[in-house]
Amino acid sequence: MKENAKKKMSIGKKKEAIWGLAFIAPTMIGLFVLNFYPMINTVYQSFCKTGDFGRGNIFVGLANYKAVLTDPITWQALWNTVKYSLIEVPLGVTISMLLAVLLQQKIIGKSFFRTIFFLPMVCAPAAVAMVWKWLYNQQFGLLNNIFHTDVAWISNPNIAWISVGVIGVWSIIGYNMVLFIGGLQEIPKDYYEAAEIDGATGIKQFFHVTVPLLSPTTFFIVQTRIIGALTVFDLMFMVMDKTNLALNKTQSIVYLFYTQAFTNGNRGYGAAIVMVLVVFIMIVTFILQKAEKRFVFYN
Amino acid sequence: MSDSRKNNMVRKTIIYVILGIMVIIMMVPFVWMVLTALKTNQEAISVDPFYILPSSGWHWENFKKVWETYNFPTLYLNTILMIVLRVVCACLTATMAGYAFGRLEFPGKKILFSLVLIQMMIPAQIFIIPQYLMVSKLGWTNTVMGLLFPGMVTAFGTYLLKTAYQGLPRDLEEAARIDGCNIGQTFLYVMLPLTRSGMISLGIFTALFAFKDLMWPMIVCTNSDTTTLSAGLAKMQGQYGSDYPSMMAAAVLAIVPMIVIYIIFQKQFVEGIATSGGKL
Repeated sequence: MKENAKKKMSIGKKKEAIWGLAFIAPTMIGLFVLNFYPMINTVYQSFCKTGDFGRGNIFVGLANYKAVLTDPITWQALWNTVKYSLIEVPLGVTISMLLAVLLQQKIIGKSFFRTIFFLPMVCAPAAVAMVWKWLYNQQFGLLNNIFHTDVAWISNPNIAWISVGVIGVWSIIGYNMVLFIGGLQEIPKDYYEAAEIDGATGIKQFFHVTVPLLSPTTFFIVQTRIIGALTVFDLMFMVMDKTNLALNKTQSIVYLFYTQAFTNGNRGYGAAIVMVLVVFIMIVTFILQKAEKRFVFYN
Repeated sequence: MSDSRKNNMVRKTIIYVILGIMVIIMMVPFVWMVLTALKTNQEAISVDPFYILPSSGWHWENFKKVWETYNFPTLYLNTILMIVLRVVCACLTATMAGYAFGRLEFPGKKILFSLVLIQMMIPAQIFIIPQYLMVSKLGWTNTVMGLLFPGMVTAFGTYLLKTAYQGLPRDLEEAARIDGCNIGQTFLYVMLPLTRSGMISLGIFTALFAFKDLMWPMIVCTNSDTTTLSAGLAKMQGQYGSDYPSMMAAAVLAIVPMIVIYIIFQKQFVEGIATSGGKL
């Protein structure tokens, strides 16, 4: 009897295992074909040169890495990407946090404000970049027109990276804000009541209650935004023409990858750039993991 | 009393002023885009700030011109097809895998799920060159299949729906099993309907991601008849970048459908983004 029950259970288990494997099969096969094989293939290609007519990979050892790492353009692009992130992440996070806190107050028109701030999030970056490029236009653009200036917003190498960063901030604050609003709603009301009894209101309350209790959300947003900013492409590509004088001082590492791998058809070289990017992002992720333990306050 | 009320008034005024300034900053690009789209090129490049509005009437024909010359119906169709296919594929595969990872026991589950997590942590650029080579070997360049290709399965969606399935109560599933449902039926009739909000989040996320993506369509669909709105805009800018009203009209046409959808399904969009978080 007991034996029988055990056997029955194991048949049940077997059935469950078959169902389970069948259910994950499409996803796992897809991930292997679409992601894991390409991952290995990219590593392989970074050691190869594309043969004539794009056929066949010729093994060249570390030649691509040597070329990529000794080219000052690579390091410049990496530095450009970091500079872009240094604008987008801090500004995008602080402005959106402020907006989320303001929208938590008792005010009229909350959903109106939220709708407006979130709007860039549903727009194609290609379209957004086109409009900003037009606003930045040196001769006819709205910005120079209104402020009676003559600034080459996107073709002056010293300014262009800031101008692109501003578009990044403008595009992302609504999205960060929605995540912050979610985080704010999870802070228990009693903390604020206790703070009020202790005489902490307004700005004091913000720094002593909201900021520490919101830190898990803040960390999550900072982390995802850093990775996002380090792989920026669309805005850069649309704003910075191939002929732009500021291109070298502004283009991101993914832009450089796209140009090398697809415009110039230099796949091995492009693959090596991707590997540099991956290593860089892994280092950043590692540092962030360390930082999380120090700066995030978990309830 | 009146002092604190006065204080409150001042505070509220400051809040509204900040929010008001932000609304202006957020709206100026949109307003300027629409206004430019309605001008003649002569008016658009006039540097006189008093000509903020189109002075020779509103040139709605700009939209008609762009619609016809840049083949907008095809661009819309391609974009919609890609979005629909990607959403269907993502929801279908991810809900099955999510249920299995969240609810069933099978050999290798832990290792396989860690592969899903690893895929999410790796920058997607590492996949692109070989994905493109596969698409071109299959002869799918300049086809909808090519546009769909990298979006056929989703590690992120699997993770998202696994979490959704894990959050469901055990008793429902057990009751269904006692009533004689097999695992497939339990999944289909009992569990699947309960993860509706997770599926909607995944659907919105997938649709937005596909709509906004620029690099992939530029790589696989180089023809202006086979590409998407995003990549189409990039092409137009490269060719006719100095015809500002046309460019702006094209940008308006590219983003308006999604804005309308967003305004109608606002609640789902915001909740979907808040729950799916990150990765966009």
